[in-house]
Amino acid sequence: MSDLPPIPPDDEDEFGVVKKFCYVNRKAPYGTVYALESLEMVLIAAAFDQDVSVVFMDDGVYQIKSEQAPEAAGMKNFSKTYRALEGYDVEKLYVSKESMEERGLTTDDFLVDVEVLDHAALSALMAEQEVVITS
Amino acid sequence: MAYEINGETFDADEEGYITDIGSWNEGLADLIALDEKIEMTEEHWEVVNFLREYYDEYQIAPAVRVLTKAIGKKFGKEKGNNKYLYSLFPYGPAKQACKIAGLPKPTGCI
Repeated sequence: MSDLPPIPPDDEDEFGVVKKFCYVNRKAPYGTVYALESLEMVLIAAAFDQDVSVVFMDDGVYQIKSEQAPEAAGMKNFSKTYRALEGYDVEKLYVSKESMEERGLTTDDFLVDVEVLDHAALSALMAEQEVVITS
Repeated sequence: MAYEINGETFDADEEGYITDIGSWNEGLADLIALDEKIEMTEEHWEVVNFLREYYDEYQIAPAVRVLTKAIGKKFGKEKGNNKYLYSLFPYGPAKQACKIAGLPKPTGCI
């Protein structure tokens, strides 16, 4: 019995430092690995209790488009994973108003709840962050 | 590495996570559990089945904190804590239970 690892406490305060991370997604979900890799970074930052914001702009708005069907092209459909963000306490999701409107999309087209911000508001949001990672 | 049941082989990575989630079945789960020195009870199956449902819905294996919270929400507070989950899976619920459920290693589990 004594060689079993210790049970960690339920309140994981041991990470200590919390930084404001902002992940800015600008690319279409498939064709490159950027969207999936960025999502994994978001999940890892959230697992370490960081203060995470996620921005979708340019073709990145397509990452959270509902009814994706990449299976036909032999790709794994990871869009369902964006719905897991809420359980990871990642609730600050933002979409660029300009990017959304240029593509003829509305918030009804997205599979998660987002806040729509214009570019001026997004600039202000990014200025508040300690770390901004664009992909 | 690989698992074998009645002449059928299931490929796994070096840590014992099966590589084809679609090939999972309950017999394989029992065998992986045996390898982890865990005897599957109803309580173990509750967590394993929950993980499979979670994966089906979100396409990822949850981090421990997320799993703990979600288990508490679904099965009650007395089960949504590390003490309970580690009593079932002593080397970590996310690692051992995910392995038994045939899921990949949880994201954010370093």
